[in-house]
Amino acid sequence: MSEQPKKPAKKKVELDPRFVNYKHVWVVVESERGEVHPVSWELLGEGRKLADALGVQLCGVVMCGPGERGAGICGEAFTYGADKCYLMQDEVLKDYRNEPYTKALTDLVNTYQPEILMLGASTLGRDLAGSVATTLGTGLVADCTELVIETETRNLASTRPTFGGSLLCTIMTQRHRPQMATVRPRVMAMPEADGSRSGEIVTVPFSMIETSIVTKVLEFIADDTRDKPNLPFADIIVSGGRGLKKPENFQLVWDLAKVLGAEVGASRPVVQAGWAELDRQVGQSGKTVRPKLYIAAGISGAIQHRVGMDGADVIIAINTDANAPIFDFAHYGIVGNAMTILPALTEAFKAHLAQAKKAG
Amino acid sequence: MAEKFDVIVVGAGMAGNAAAYTLAKGGLKVLQIERGETPGSKNVQGAILYSDAIEKIIPDFRDDAPLERHLIEQRVWILDDNSYVGTNYRSEDFNKPPYNRYTIIRAHFDQWFSKKAREVGALTICETTVTELLLDGKKVVGVMTDRKGGEIYADAVILADGVNSRLATKAGFHPEIKPKDVALAVKEIHFLPQETIEARFNIGEEEGVVIEMAGTISEGMMGTAFLYTNKESITLGIGCMLSDFKKQKTTPYELLDKMKKHPSIAPLIEGGEMKEYAAHLIPEGGYNAVPQVYGDGWLIAGDAGMFVNGIHREGSNLAMTTGMLAAQTLVELKQAGKAFTAPNLSKYKAKLDDSFVMKDLKKYRRMPDIFHKNNQFFTTYPTLLSKAAQTIIRVDGVDKKTKEKEIKKSFIASRSVFGLIGDAFKFWRAME
Amino acid sequence: MHSVVCIKQVPDSAQIRVHPVTNTIMRQGVPAIINPYDLFALEEALRLKDRFGGTVTVVTMGPPMAEAALRKCLSYGADDAILVSDRAFAGSDTLATSYALATTIKKIMGNMPVDLIFTGKQTIDGDTAQVGPGIAKRLDYQLLTYVSKIVDLDLEKKEITVERRAEGGVQLLKTATPCLITMLEGTNEMRFGDLDDLFRAARYDLKVWNREAAGIDDAEMIGLKGSPTVVSKVFAPRPRSQRAEMVETVDNDPKNLAVTLLAKVFTQHPKLEKEIAKRAG
Repeated sequence: MSEQPKKPAKKKVELDPRFVNYKHVWVVVESERGEVHPVSWELLGEGRKLADALGVQLCGVVMCGPGERGAGICGEAFTYGADKCYLMQDEVLKDYRNEPYTKALTDLVNTYQPEILMLGASTLGRDLAGSVATTLGTGLVADCTELVIETETRNLASTRPTFGGSLLCTIMTQRHRPQMATVRPRVMAMPEADGSRSGEIVTVPFSMIETSIVTKVLEFIADDTRDKPNLPFADIIVSGGRGLKKPENFQLVWDLAKVLGAEVGASRPVVQAGWAELDRQVGQSGKTVRPKLYIAAGISGAIQHRVGMDGADVIIAINTDANAPIFDFAHYGIVGNAMTILPALTEAFKAHLAQAKKAG
Repeated sequence: MAEKFDVIVVGAGMAGNAAAYTLAKGGLKVLQIERGETPGSKNVQGAILYSDAIEKIIPDFRDDAPLERHLIEQRVWILDDNSYVGTNYRSEDFNKPPYNRYTIIRAHFDQWFSKKAREVGALTICETTVTELLLDGKKVVGVMTDRKGGEIYADAVILADGVNSRLATKAGFHPEIKPKDVALAVKEIHFLPQETIEARFNIGEEEGVVIEMAGTISEGMMGTAFLYTNKESITLGIGCMLSDFKKQKTTPYELLDKMKKHPSIAPLIEGGEMKEYAAHLIPEGGYNAVPQVYGDGWLIAGDAGMFVNGIHREGSNLAMTTGMLAAQTLVELKQAGKAFTAPNLSKYKAKLDDSFVMKDLKKYRRMPDIFHKNNQFFTTYPTLLSKAAQTIIRVDGVDKKTKEKEIKKSFIASRSVFGLIGDAFKFWRAME
Repeated sequence: MHSVVCIKQVPDSAQIRVHPVTNTIMRQGVPAIINPYDLFALEEALRLKDRFGGTVTVVTMGPPMAEAALRKCLSYGADDAILVSDRAFAGSDTLATSYALATTIKKIMGNMPVDLIFTGKQTIDGDTAQVGPGIAKRLDYQLLTYVSKIVDLDLEKKEITVERRAEGGVQLLKTATPCLITMLEGTNEMRFGDLDDLFRAARYDLKVWNREAAGIDDAEMIGLKGSPTVVSKVFAPRPRSQRAEMVETVDNDPKNLAVTLLAKVFTQHPKLEKEIAKRAG
């Protein structure tokens, strides 16, 4: 029943007096085994803008095991824009588990009272955000694509796609604090790191003991990343859609990708038909990507697809239908059959690269 | 499955729902089996609902049936490549309740109809395909389904499984359908805001328009096209004989595409979002193609029995009526304590002959053949008509009498005097 | 054992259209389906029932038409179905929804203790993934999200071991039951129910609970009042101001088109040319 378009709220809603002292913008810096999820840096970049608009501090929250480089992560967070970091290091926070992390973050919020709390929409972030919003009894907006401060009320206006991306809606949490939001990886731009920046680390002890925690991590089996596509962070992506007609024609996408050193993406119908694996699906129900070049072959550009690749620097679209929606937001378009254009493009890139190599 | 039913109805289209409703209302224990995900999900029709047929089954259907618009205007267009010659009939009389015809969306209407049948006691199961009929000698005693534990027994089975009824063919009740006896129709639904539709067709809320079309649009094949206004969408489609498509090596989709680009049609659907594309076979063999419709423990209703009046583009009302009559036959026999044997079920045929169904089909029995053998009805005439209209309308200093002569000449040049007379005679014979 | 599966009836998002003028969802002709992610949850519950016996109860909160979704779940093999439906729920956000569902489940537990609660990983209309975690927190149950496999279940010891999809790998987790599991997609395939289930589903006397029947005494916790988030604006995605620059040649020969395109792209984006050359080199 969530996110049904409701009647717009007209009346000005007053903030509950319990929350008037809530101040500053927080970003949960998600780390596992010492590795920070890049979405956290993207959030700091966005959080910086919000903090500046409000004239408050931007703070990182780092939760990890005692042996891990907590202070190091805080230091990195400063270079991406944080003014302050709350660092909680404890044995029970070594692996991500819902129960201790929910308690840790809930305690931190109740003690230090931020007005905005942001997390990445990763498996960890969504698990934690949904839980903490419930323990705090506050509003949470998932998968935001735009975050703005409403100047007169100081409220956060969070915009997100709904109904599979067909519509966008702006959601406010006017009476409660903190205002929570999650953002999918690659939706916001990666900020430039500024090595000269530093900040304050506030070390906070954690009071939970292992015997009181019900869920135990027996093992962590790391993914074999050798053959795993990593679309969200690929610089060049060649994607294929239903316009390729037959599964064997999808090879043409691979051929071009190989010449460009690109990742291969796919639209939802193609993934559903089994021509490409789920990890390659671009769009609302798949991955959000932000490459420097995105080539869409035989993809009509339905809104579900568009929301996942709109952030690409350069989009080239090939489609037989001159009226396909993809031409409304691509930068370059060719009206033609992907089955013949793709091989021609592959050859053209090959020739161009060979020439460039000779020249350079 | 141990449970036994009085009657199993195969299919939840117009015929199946009419049968299931009538049977359940008549106190029989009915099971209805539908292969689609929901009743109506696989059903394709323009679609126009004729009040008369449904009224006989559910008199107060207007209270809660999902109806799109009642029709207040009928346009008949003869198209050539750039023009149409046509008639419009619009009357305030059509705006007085109870309304006579409505546009409907079958997926919605069929769900409602099926719900009505369930409300009076029919049991409906979906996503289940009847794979064959269970026979005891020549008598049908039940059905086999594709579900685990798939045999279900009943005293009678009504086959309302649509055109090309595989069950009837498999059981040898009727021969494989012939390409010359079926039309292949395709349709699309284009979504437009309600206000846009009402402005474009000059209609008020809930009022609707239907356009029936024929002409060069079917590229010489025997066929017609249509356009209906729904509440928030426009349905348009075209159908031609399957045998013609085979001969002409064109696809229905190409025809529909051409139709959408026609200068008289394109502005009506402009800006719409195409949502649904569906293709469907329509039995148009008429009277001569109707198979044996009953036997020991079985009856056929709706498209499965080829009950379609191709000339008047009526099918759903024949389907409802045949479904209802089949069911009434069974209810009456059951009440009289008689078995569902072939001789007893012959009463169904008598009911059909006595109804508008067989009377209308008989009236137009020569029609399919005439159109098959005389494609000038779909090629030469539309162009001639259009030219004639243009000649008359264009003001260019030529006197009217000369114009009339020119028109006459052009008709004779294209078709000869005997050809024209012959065509008129054929047409008159067929309509008579 | 007793599993409760929470499902939602959603409009098929692949077929949704937006009214060009009013920017509202045009539902006409859009089929209502069971949220596809929920089917993985239901199938997993049915598999556990196959192994251990017991009962699977399906719950949904929604309008009366959601009955169809519940009947479908019954036809797959669920034993009981409860539709929680009341005008008072209108406007509930995820926080209010999780409150309503958690309270309903408490009521169900009053009749029969619950071992596991299942939900899908998220819905395809809201896409929030918040209701599952919300229910777990409100019931103070352990939360296992993105579960890809139930490795072991010991009903006597009340212990469960699962594989959970995490960032960069899979966690093998062991916890106590009752707990709440959100099932990952693609982990199983929904069965084709048999005739008996179909008949039972068609005849099942569906339970419809209103707010009071579901045990929700505090009306302030549901609907608009119980929802901290407020939708302030709904709008269609902005079209990009400029349409694509179309690449054409006189003959529209694929080869010439490709060469023309490359020349155009690389002239306007010299950095991109370098980037590609670097990678290929």
